[in-house]
Amino acid sequence: MPQLNLVQAINDALRTEMRRDPTVLVMGEDVGVNGGVFRATENLYKEFGPDRSIDTPLSEAGIVGTAIGMALNGLKPVAEIQFDGFMAPAFDQIVSHAARIRWRSRGRFHVPIVIRAPYGGGIRGPELHSESPEAHYAHTPGLKVVIPSNPYDAKGLLIAAIRDPDPVIFFEPKRLYRAFRAEVPEEDYIVPIGKARIAREGSEVTLIAWGAMTPVALGAAEKMAAQNVSVEVIDLRTIVPLDIETVIESAKKTGRVVIVHEAPRTCGFGSELAALVNDRAFEHLKAPIVRVTGPDTVIPQARLEDYYLPDIGRCLKGIEKALNY
Amino acid sequence: MAAKTILQRERLVPFIQILDPEGMANPTDIVELGLKPHDFKAMYRWMVLARTFDERALALQRQGRLGTYAPLLGQEAAQVGSAYALKPEDWVFPSYREHAVLAMRGQSWLQLFTFWGGNEEGNRIPEGIRNFMVCVPIATQILHATGAAWAAKLKGERSCVIVYFGDGATSEGDFHEGLNFAGVFKAPVVFFCQNNQYAISVPRTRQTASETIAQKAIAYGFEGVQVDGNDVFAVYKATKEALAKARDGGGPTLIEAVTYRLTHHTTADDWTRYRPSEEVEMWKQKDPIKRLKLYLEKQGLWSEHDEAKLLEEAKAEIAQAVAQYEALPKRDVEDIFKYMYAEMPWNLKEQLQELKEYLAEHGGDLPKE
Amino acid sequence: MPQMTLVQAINDALRTEMRRDPTVLVMGEDVGVNGGVFRATEGLYQEFGPDRAIDTPLAESGIVGTAIGMALNGLKPVAEIQFDGFMAPAFDQIVSHAARIRWRSRGRFHVPIVIRAPYGGGIRALEHHSEAPEAYYVHTPGLKVVIPSNPYDAKGLLIAAIRDPDPVIFFEPKRLYRAFRQEVPEGDYTVPIGKASLVREGTDVTVISWGAMVRICLQAIAQLEGISVELVDLRTLAPLDIETVLSSVAKTGRAVIVQEAPRTCSLSSELTALINERLLLQLQAPVVRVTGYDTHIPYLTMEQYYLPDAGRVQKGIERALSF
Repeated sequence: MPQLNLVQAINDALRTEMRRDPTVLVMGEDVGVNGGVFRATENLYKEFGPDRSIDTPLSEAGIVGTAIGMALNGLKPVAEIQFDGFMAPAFDQIVSHAARIRWRSRGRFHVPIVIRAPYGGGIRGPELHSESPEAHYAHTPGLKVVIPSNPYDAKGLLIAAIRDPDPVIFFEPKRLYRAFRAEVPEEDYIVPIGKARIAREGSEVTLIAWGAMTPVALGAAEKMAAQNVSVEVIDLRTIVPLDIETVIESAKKTGRVVIVHEAPRTCGFGSELAALVNDRAFEHLKAPIVRVTGPDTVIPQARLEDYYLPDIGRCLKGIEKALNY
Repeated sequence: MAAKTILQRERLVPFIQILDPEGMANPTDIVELGLKPHDFKAMYRWMVLARTFDERALALQRQGRLGTYAPLLGQEAAQVGSAYALKPEDWVFPSYREHAVLAMRGQSWLQLFTFWGGNEEGNRIPEGIRNFMVCVPIATQILHATGAAWAAKLKGERSCVIVYFGDGATSEGDFHEGLNFAGVFKAPVVFFCQNNQYAISVPRTRQTASETIAQKAIAYGFEGVQVDGNDVFAVYKATKEALAKARDGGGPTLIEAVTYRLTHHTTADDWTRYRPSEEVEMWKQKDPIKRLKLYLEKQGLWSEHDEAKLLEEAKAEIAQAVAQYEALPKRDVEDIFKYMYAEMPWNLKEQLQELKEYLAEHGGDLPKE
Repeated sequence: MPQMTLVQAINDALRTEMRRDPTVLVMGEDVGVNGGVFRATEGLYQEFGPDRAIDTPLAESGIVGTAIGMALNGLKPVAEIQFDGFMAPAFDQIVSHAARIRWRSRGRFHVPIVIRAPYGGGIRALEHHSEAPEAYYVHTPGLKVVIPSNPYDAKGLLIAAIRDPDPVIFFEPKRLYRAFRQEVPEGDYTVPIGKASLVREGTDVTVISWGAMVRICLQAIAQLEGISVELVDLRTLAPLDIETVLSSVAKTGRAVIVQEAPRTCSLSSELTALINERLLLQLQAPVVRVTGYDTHIPYLTMEQYYLPDAGRVQKGIERALSF
């Protein structure tokens, strides 16, 4: 089985679906001739030509808005927004239209688009290139939000997203694009949307993460294992719809929950997880739910971003807080 | 060369008028339309029906029997003339004032009342009709139209798209992005601006310093045309030509139909606060329905008897729709949760259950306050 | 003391500040000649003229973006977005610029603008006219978010917002615009941003709410017999008055949060997380959330089923008490 890194897995998923389904196309800034600034769409232009690997004008609302129109007229566009921070100009098209059309039309129309964007910090990017805006989309009814943490999931989730009949926001942790390789099957397969993965089984603390925080959480769990503390790591994979069963089951089992995310804390997705656990596993809780997150500031630039993003040390501190309550 | 440049600057885009306010037209222009007397009568009938619907909707809103409503009074020619040029395979992306267009494309008056009555079922476009839903956020539908047209081109279909918006919409970023994409990809789309002179209270002159809206097309690399929007024939001609060009791969066109909103923006608005009644009176003299009626009469195609009969039929048709609207069944709260996703996720199932339990505890509906 | 509705109090606050400070101006769609679609800017055009009560082109991003530019060059624009649903086209200017400029410039520049918008459901309006989008802005570092629930607070908070050196999102519960009158002092006064109000003291359960839901909570509480309910009106959502919330919940041990917005990843989530984190041992029941559902707010024939009403608040209170 080939060993691929995460961005290669994304590329493989796109190629696989474009070969299988002639209505699938990719569109966005620099996704055609250039193959994408991260090479996620590398060679798709050569194989599928300019009508299915489309270099658009530099215009995020234009990309999402026309992708919606294409989807209404029978195509399945996978729109790329070049960086997480540039989702904001397309916000209105996403929340006021893509998220609403099935509901508004009583099912007559739907918008099977995928909006892909490189996501999160850790690559020393310039301003607005290291954002974690998942909470904005998690709060918007009508969207699905998917964030893979490894090459295998990335391919399977992206294929599932393309086949999904509803609009999917697909955030790709850019610091993992080339961080490591994993075995990725050549053929097509899906990883179902809405199913979390127990990345590591454990019994004393539940550590919930997604995206690039998953390897960090696993690193922390490894360290705790050395101290004979058994940490269960859940990789959510899909934020919306949330795999509530996996989360609650684990929380009930361990009674201690730590949530890790890059995004600012206030009203981040960690707050929703904490609220759900508090609601559904209240009597099992042996300690308050701990959130290890980015602070409520703008993410700093290169020299300070390591202090902003949760690392293994901060996860350990969070775990200890949950254990020592 | 210099002289020519100056000449061009006087009129950057053509202006089309066929029928003048007195109902006079050059016979050659009429022949070139390729329309027959029965077409003229059909156009007239739609205009009268639309106005009858409009009057009834306003009255219902004032009586508390309909929600906030956006009237079309004065824009009948712009809507009927453009929609008459469409083929069934073409797509329509409306804003929120195109009641005549939607009806001509096969949506029922009942459905329009249902929408304005605040019932989501009014947005369920029947299968087989290529209308998209009413769009409230200004200019945003322009991008969807461009995308749909672009898809038609990529799929090798000969269908076109027409998108309706007002003069205010041309100030939004989505207008720019939609026209720009369409120009770059030569999408088969007709951008139809009903310049009714006001975005609620703000006049067209405060939306853009551009002399015309139509000339904005030039910057996007395609044609712009200004037409007398109260002249149903001019509107028809411009739209038909733009659609034909789009169908033949010639790309988009921006049509500016110069018209006037003769009444409020919506029933929540009061036009007397921001414009003089003389201005409104002046535009009433250019009434699009009166203009076509004068023409038909001069051609011997229309009598007082025809007029009386049509008005009676129109009233009956709209009255029947009102009766159906008011007899609509009570809604099921499941309607709130259905259609969020193809498959209902757990949180919505739980929340629906929560609401149903609450209602059940109060005898099946909300408790009285 | 004059009796004013909430929208009159807003109008009075704007006039008061425009008289006091010549750099304050209002701008937006229909805010000048027409006095605003809800008449919030009524009379300002006549008193201050077209340069301070500015009818802009129809472009939300344009309104916020140019307001930022004006603020950078010494003015204090109060920008109106006509309805809550039309904040979204201005989203990028708000979150990528207004919220960040002080931080990015290391304090060299700041953006003392107020973005006002009528907010929430309950007036039987059209689509995109009944939204409760506060969570987007509460999650965005660098913004303040204020939502008054009565005329007195509306005036005092808006004056405080205009004087605040940072960008303030000021949501006005439109169903309360003309719902009732209250004594509102003439002249200027402020209600501090960041301070919640204890609307009603109680000992059995804490209800936390904001905007139009505060009135619904009051209705619900009035109908409950034998239960002592403490009601906290947040007034400011960011920065949150955490002390008032926590001291109340520490006392009662039970909390119910009531909001119009969809539940998932909302301010009710954050409040629950904070209460769990800081008061787990004092909590006698899980925190209850009474909220809008995770759907779009329905059109007028169904919106009453979506918005929390007194009965749903009571049910929430009972749930918290019976755990």
